Amino acid sequence: MSDAITLTIDEVEVTGRKGQTILQAADDAGLYIPRLCWVKKLKPGATCRLCTVMVNNRPVAACTQPITEGMIVLHDTEPLNRYRRNLIDMMFVEGNHMCPVCEKSGNCELQALAYRFGITAPQYPYLFPRRPVDASHPDVFLDQNRCIQCGRCVRASQELDGKSVFQFFGRGAQKKLGVNAEARLADTNLNLTDEALNSCPVGALLRKRVGYAIPVGRRLYDLQPIGSEIEAKARRAANRK
Amino acid sequence: MSDNLKVGIKNICREYGRDRSRLMDILEAVQGQFGWISSEAIDLTARELSMPRAEVEGVVSFYAFLHQQPTGKAIIRMCDGVSCNMNGGHNVADLFKKELGISFGQTTSDGKITLEHTSCLGMCDQGPAAIINGTVITHISTDTVKEIVHTLRETADPRKLVKTFGAGQNADRLIQSMVTNNIRKHGPVIFSVMEPFLALKNALAMNPAEVIRDIKTARLRGRGGAGFPTGMKWDFTREAEGQRRFVLCNADEGEPGTFKDRVLLTECPHMVFEGMTIAGYAIGAEEGIVYLRGEYQYLKNYLENVLAERREAGLLGKNLAGKAGFHFTIRIQMGAGAYVCGEETALINSCEGLRGEPRDRPPFRAQQGYLGAPTVINNVETFCCVTRILEKGAPWFAQIGSQASSGTKLFSVSGDCNRPGIYELPYGITLKDLLVEVGGEDAIGVQVGGPSGQCVSPAGFNRIICYEDLATGGSIIVFGPGRNIIEIAGQFLDFFIEESCGWCVPCRVGNVLLKERVNKILAGKGEPEDLAYLEELGKTVKTMSRCGLGQTSPNPVLTTLQNFRGVYEKGLKKPLDKMQRTFDLDSALQEAVRIQGRQPVHFQD
Repeated sequence: MSDAITLTIDEVEVTGRKGQTILQAADDAGLYIPRLCWVKKLKPGATCRLCTVMVNNRPVAACTQPITEGMIVLHDTEPLNRYRRNLIDMMFVEGNHMCPVCEKSGNCELQALAYRFGITAPQYPYLFPRRPVDASHPDVFLDQNRCIQCGRCVRASQELDGKSVFQFFGRGAQKKLGVNAEARLADTNLNLTDEALNSCPVGALLRKRVGYAIPVGRRLYDLQPIGSEIEAKARRAANRK
Repeated sequence: MSDNLKVGIKNICREYGRDRSRLMDILEAVQGQFGWISSEAIDLTARELSMPRAEVEGVVSFYAFLHQQPTGKAIIRMCDGVSCNMNGGHNVADLFKKELGISFGQTTSDGKITLEHTSCLGMCDQGPAAIINGTVITHISTDTVKEIVHTLRETADPRKLVKTFGAGQNADRLIQSMVTNNIRKHGPVIFSVMEPFLALKNALAMNPAEVIRDIKTARLRGRGGAGFPTGMKWDFTREAEGQRRFVLCNADEGEPGTFKDRVLLTECPHMVFEGMTIAGYAIGAEEGIVYLRGEYQYLKNYLENVLAERREAGLLGKNLAGKAGFHFTIRIQMGAGAYVCGEETALINSCEGLRGEPRDRPPFRAQQGYLGAPTVINNVETFCCVTRILEKGAPWFAQIGSQASSGTKLFSVSGDCNRPGIYELPYGITLKDLLVEVGGEDAIGVQVGGPSGQCVSPAGFNRIICYEDLATGGSIIVFGPGRNIIEIAGQFLDFFIEESCGWCVPCRVGNVLLKERVNKILAGKGEPEDLAYLEELGKTVKTMSRCGLGQTSPNPVLTTLQNFRGVYEKGLKKPLDKMQRTFDLDSALQEAVRIQGRQPVHFQD
């Protein structure tokens, strides 16, 4: 166990392994740090910034920051949770998110995070961007209206599928998700079996003809808030003691 | 055309060894030869470099100076910086639109002229300014717009508009620019007589560790604004593991109101290159890169020539200056219109032919920088200081300025003052004394450090410019009586919205939301709650953003809210009718009025 590293997250002593990030160590300890752009199996993107925590009085992304011995992390604080809430709000008003009719509703990580943070309506004015829907592909929709530019599909296509179907184009407020073709998703080599298709946390990448398959009440986040699966670990560990 | 394109791109890619890390140079060459970068050109480039076309398109679409649409033979890039606009830039811009009959972002129907806005060009002391196909035109007035348009229509050659050359090296045959230096104050470090090559000779007579020791003894800190101790930076890089090491010079001067590096590169290029060479010796690097902002393209040939001179004199290359085993080369990497590339990890990405997005830290660039190798990045001015320290000794440098801020600082002064230009002054000067120096005593506010710095009110004019109090990369913009501080803060926000890389949510979205609320206040519809709203939003962007750009982007709002609160409060009103003040009944009803063909009844009285 020479690789063991002990750190403190919100006064809880956590033991992680060398090479882990704060987020990974917290996950293993059953402490849920909110995140949208991070998923297991992919390199961190650090685009959503929801996992920002304070280390030595400085904000760092928990998904990229390696743990060190004796590190003191502040995570579940009032200001940080407020800022996280603000970021979730920003993602809602930046795009056009129509939860009531979205096929991803109930399984959407953005929506689930909003519920977890008690958001019922955004505090910011909607920006109402005009964004296209690409329905050219026989099996997949790409709806830019719902894209939060987390980059999970970009990374999944590169890292897991060995392709480069998705990429970011432009910059700043004009930045958007682009595809590896002159214009249309249909002209890329995207397959239904691509991991990239499973990577979207929202309803921007959807399989055709399979929507609304799970009845309300049995969807992923209908009964338990997002992050519960991680927090359950801590409860199980506590029960064992 | 298509065959031409194919052969042309093939040759260009071959010239750069089909090395995808040279994508910036390749794309610039493609655009140089074919005028723009078409979808087909993206395809062909991707194929030549065996990379996905989406990655090429991602890069092309990132940089403001790379075009995915055909452009006119002449491209007028009008500076949209605050200093230029304070000098009448808006009027000039409007007149360009009128004369050309197009809006910004459009090309005239005869295909001759494209009109674009661009963020600060670094001509703040001689604005309004524009760059036309690389040629800088300064002091544009409403009188000269007609002439510019006429000349471009007739000849498409902007060089015909340059009638007199600026002082000093601006008149060099390889520059021949109308840009002037406006060096108002010569200080002891940068603008004093330099004994050529003595610094390098002195450095090579020591061992590398001794060179770094001298830099530390001089207490030199980075001149770009962040103020990291240079010697420590070099030590980290020297100690890092790696086969190759690199010295990068950050000449992506883009902070609005900053133009000192332009003057340094024009008048003191040897000092810059010598500092880089000394850094190479100190950290064990053999390769140096100057990342030159696209706006300073007009200096490129001149700088290349200086490099050639140094090679011929044996001051670059193998066993340079007679030191067996020490080799060092320098190349120039052009940027293409992206302020964020001044952020050092974004700069590295850009040098590697990637989108200019900052990287996550760790790894730090001292360990894994350019091409994954240990890398030192310093500001142009920092390298100049290095040269002088090695030439005249660390103790000499250390006794100038203050304890924590040794040496002098170059200030780029613009705005409402009698003597805009470059000032070399020791650290420790108060803002008030600086204002006297530049002839801006009646200022109602001063922007110190550009938009990412702070806007100081007269109550703060006794503050001292140094790392411990008012730290700055050197941008000083003076606001005289009658200037609208909130409007200026709004213009700075526009700058950050334009220049954000868009990678992370807070910076990409937050600044747009800040601007929305500032606009509301400027429109006279502000409510008391709006100030707390702006502060909370600003703090969110500051805390949660990934890089220095995002972390400082709310400063125009946050520092004016702190120092000019009264100005904000004056414009606020509590609505009495419980209506949202932003709610505009007329525009809300517009669509219905159009469909019904009549005004609502209550409007008719």
